[in-house]
Amino acid sequence: MNRFARLQPVAAVATALVLLGIPFWLVLVTAAKDQAQALNPTLALPERWQLLENLQAVFTDGRMLAALGGSLLVMVPSVLGVLILGSMASWILARRSSRWLAAVYALAISGIVLPPAVVTIVLLLRQLGLAGTATGMVGVYMGMYLSTVIFFVTGFVRTIPLELEEAARVDGASPWRVFARIILPLLRPVLATATILICLYIWNDVFYALFVIGGRIDTLPLNLYQVASSGLYLQNWHLVFAYIILMSLPLLLTFVVAQRRIISGITSGAVK
Amino acid sequence: MAVVIDRALAPPSPSRPRTSSGQRAAHDHPLWFLIPALAVLTVFFVLPTVFNFVYAFTDWSSFKSSISFAGLENFRSLLSNGSLADALVVTMVYAALVAVFQNLFGLVLALLLERDTAVNRAVRVAFFVPVVMSALAVGYIFQALLKPEGALNQILGFLAGRTVEIAWLGSTTWTIVVVALVHAWKWMGLSMLIYLAGLKTINSEVIEAARIDGAGWWKTFLAIRFPLLAPAITFNVATALLGSMNGFDIVQATTAGGPGGSTELLNIWVFRTFGQGLFAQATTMSLVLFVAVTVLAFPVIRTLRRREDVL
Repeated sequence: MNRFARLQPVAAVATALVLLGIPFWLVLVTAAKDQAQALNPTLALPERWQLLENLQAVFTDGRMLAALGGSLLVMVPSVLGVLILGSMASWILARRSSRWLAAVYALAISGIVLPPAVVTIVLLLRQLGLAGTATGMVGVYMGMYLSTVIFFVTGFVRTIPLELEEAARVDGASPWRVFARIILPLLRPVLATATILICLYIWNDVFYALFVIGGRIDTLPLNLYQVASSGLYLQNWHLVFAYIILMSLPLLLTFVVAQRRIISGITSGAVK
Repeated sequence: MAVVIDRALAPPSPSRPRTSSGQRAAHDHPLWFLIPALAVLTVFFVLPTVFNFVYAFTDWSSFKSSISFAGLENFRSLLSNGSLADALVVTMVYAALVAVFQNLFGLVLALLLERDTAVNRAVRVAFFVPVVMSALAVGYIFQALLKPEGALNQILGFLAGRTVEIAWLGSTTWTIVVVALVHAWKWMGLSMLIYLAGLKTINSEVIEAARIDGAGWWKTFLAIRFPLLAPAITFNVATALLGSMNGFDIVQATTAGGPGGSTELLNIWVFRTFGQGLFAQATTMSLVLFVAVTVLAFPVIRTLRRREDVL
């Protein structure tokens, strides 16, 4: 036991260095090389560090700002939409019970498990005149992630004592007022968890974006896909990795700042 | 546990008179609050899923302007040319491999980093970084790392003292295992966290009692801690299976389905075929994925809901 206690920190750090250190080192040194040296990405140090130049090249030539704008354009409305609509529905689903509502709840959370019908979504969006638009993409993301919000929030609302609502109701508050003034503020912790999860999914999504807005609106992962798979960039590992560093930064910074909250939020949903 | 006890101790809430409860519920919690969410779910989730069951039986493609009914033609051609069986088998094998690797790595990491020390906390955070990163980016990193003249072979060559040129992503047999390992690498931090949370819920007195009875670390783990981790295992296996059955990004970025289609998951097949304009076939395969997940998912949902009742 004692020997384990002494060796454990060494083992922990060594595991991290091998499993994480090698891939991340490869990203860093390759992103700092010139094209000739990056042709075959190795762990060797760059002959001349040009990380900043590469980052700058990707930022200006890679249409990164437009892609960042596109990512935010589809993510922010989707997240706000699922939080508000999901909370409203969850409040009712948690407070009322009937066989009909149980079926609605089952249907509403089935999206957690069932995969979206990605091909026919495109057809439907064409019929609605929303193909290739941010509105269409927001609708698709909301349809996909409402189930996550409803699952988390319904469970949480059930833990809020009904007496808190009754007190406001005695004072003559309307349902909308009770929801906005009493329920919504109490949901803050669970909504924070849901926000983090859904931002993570949407920010990194490339599969559904390829179908719905590919070629019309750029997002960061879509742009990375084009940068990495177009013939022009195929062997330009220094630019691909510079792009990966830049596009990962916003999420990594958020993660570092809100690390405790993110980790406890994600685990709270799984095991109690 | 705590929640169950709290509930048992709490005074029963005053029951309302039965007669007016329906009206009161309608007034206090009006059903129209459900409408916006249900509208979005119906249009963007339910309707496309219904369409999936319709258009899989048509000849919808980019080569014709009209869409007409084609019966089981899509299924017949996908079955006869073997692509349905191939993609389904590849997806299932991939999902099983990911579930095993991701849980194995996650559990070993959780046991390694279990004690609450400063070093362990920092290392845990580091292992969560891949979870936060884009799966596509992770795929490209490993594509570079696993090239025949890439960094992994460089390291192996250094250790072996000779040139190593293994084509990690070029084997029709083993590449699917390599790609599943990459998938597990990206998500092992999440499994680790859930196992850590699970380990924390185990009563330390039980462990102490076993130790006093002379049980060693390994015996305590096998006989007591592992069985008590059951809820964490269920959750981790379910999420790993679902995540990998719906997989696309990592495989697309490392092999794009190759070599020779040996890593072509259902979603990769759907994407490629959709790009070729064969929309009906893509729909059919998307329906196959839907059915496969549904068949696997029902036991999963039941387990999740049962746990919900316990909490």
